[in-house]
Amino acid sequence: MNIEHIITNLEQQDPELHERLSNRRSAIKGLAGIGGKLALAAIPFALGSLFKKAYGQSTGAIVEVLQFALTLEYLEAEFYTLGAAAPGLVPAGPPTGAIATIRDHENAHVTLLKNTITTLGATPVAKPVFDFTAGNGSGNGPFKGVFSNYPLFLAVAQTFEDTGVRAYKGQAGALISSNEVLTAALKIHSAEARHAAHIRYMRRNLLSNTAIKPWITGKDTAGIGDAVQASYNGEDLTTQAEINIIGINGTGVSAAAASEAFDEPLDKAAVLAIVDPFIV
Amino acid sequence: MVEKLNVPEEQKGHAMLSTKGQQRRRFLSLFAGTAAAATLMHACSNDDNPMPDNGINLGSGDIGILNYAYALEQLEAAFYTRVTQTFFSGATAIEQQFLNDIRDHEIAHREFFRNALGNKAIPSLEVDFSKIDFNSRASVLGTAKAFEDLGVSAYNGAGKLITEGAYLLLAGKIVSVEARHAAMIRDLISNGSFADNTAVDANGLDLSLDPPEVLKVAAGFLKSKINASNLPTS
Repeated sequence: MNIEHIITNLEQQDPELHERLSNRRSAIKGLAGIGGKLALAAIPFALGSLFKKAYGQSTGAIVEVLQFALTLEYLEAEFYTLGAAAPGLVPAGPPTGAIATIRDHENAHVTLLKNTITTLGATPVAKPVFDFTAGNGSGNGPFKGVFSNYPLFLAVAQTFEDTGVRAYKGQAGALISSNEVLTAALKIHSAEARHAAHIRYMRRNLLSNTAIKPWITGKDTAGIGDAVQASYNGEDLTTQAEINIIGINGTGVSAAAASEAFDEPLDKAAVLAIVDPFIV
Repeated sequence: MVEKLNVPEEQKGHAMLSTKGQQRRRFLSLFAGTAAAATLMHACSNDDNPMPDNGINLGSGDIGILNYAYALEQLEAAFYTRVTQTFFSGATAIEQQFLNDIRDHEIAHREFFRNALGNKAIPSLEVDFSKIDFNSRASVLGTAKAFEDLGVSAYNGAGKLITEGAYLLLAGKIVSVEARHAAMIRDLISNGSFADNTAVDANGLDLSLDPPEVLKVAAGFLKSKINASNLPTS
């Protein structure tokens, strides 16, 4: 992060920057000087404090996004931890290896987000109590048997991964003011997309269903059905920035390919509604 | 093998140019009224003409980053177009299905950027695939893996360089699809390698690279020279 560059940009956008900062010019110089020595993760916090003084804003919006992401990562981490530990659930060999890989990533995401939130001066939210049957604590929801029924386990995994990708995408804009946090979030986001692709591939092979692909076609649930439709609604978009992608410029891009080529975001309210049945 | 990327016939007609212009205006009008959009339009006004001596200039600001993405999508689309013209020997049904799908996605990305950028778009690039043996599964999938991981790295590394939220969202919509491709290609090469430790680190973080590092790799497959000297660096 080039702090001087940020200050220069701010000066261009806001001629009154130095008035706002008044006697804090020395603070800026100090920051620029020690930037290289500060732990990278601490820089957003240091800058956040400065901007809060200048604009009356805080890093609150960023922390809010990270708390939201942490809740989703708690969900995924516990899901895979329980799934990997459930006797006889995941077949030995490649499936066990893949689930362990994903479990480890989700646990790492939890640790990373907790550390980042702490660095930003906030307290990470506590891990909720989950009901992976989607029964709101009844243990009797539509996914009852999720840890004893392998196809059902993979179906829920696919939904979590595809929803996670959409959830991070929906929050990227709120992180745009912090290079470090945004980049970390993007790097989690694409890792989740890799997980999603592989889980879909596992389902394709398990079910011998060639209609299941690593990418999302239209708003298709890949055979899971109405219970997860909310995670896929809106994925059937075939225009981007008002440009129609179907057959664009005389190419043979089909409606299916046009929707597959772009993953769509979900806003926070939509994601919370999707995960609500899983949270007691 | 050196081949020129296909320019759709429609792009050459005046009617299409008019449509393109309208699309570009709509795209840019999403950001009308913002200081940044005005600054970008102004900043790029001197970057329209590619300078052959210094290479094709991507431009500056967000437009430069979008052209950077457009250049990479051109490379990927050309690669998969060639791959699917004559599949490597022994290509299975699933390999053909997925490679056809990925080709269509990359073409969609390329044409989207072309239209969105309008007259700010860099020209079509000339590729150099002489290092690739298109009859060899290992060569084709190995190159595909390199391109997809590179694409993910490039988008992840460029996110912080984008100033407009709407552009960031568009990049985000594409990068997760590139990550799906990367995972699938890796699984075709070796099942279970979709997110191994050569792609995702111990913190669960995927790859990211800054434009100079990405373009150094891409240059090995391009006859056209890219000038990224005006891209933002932070």
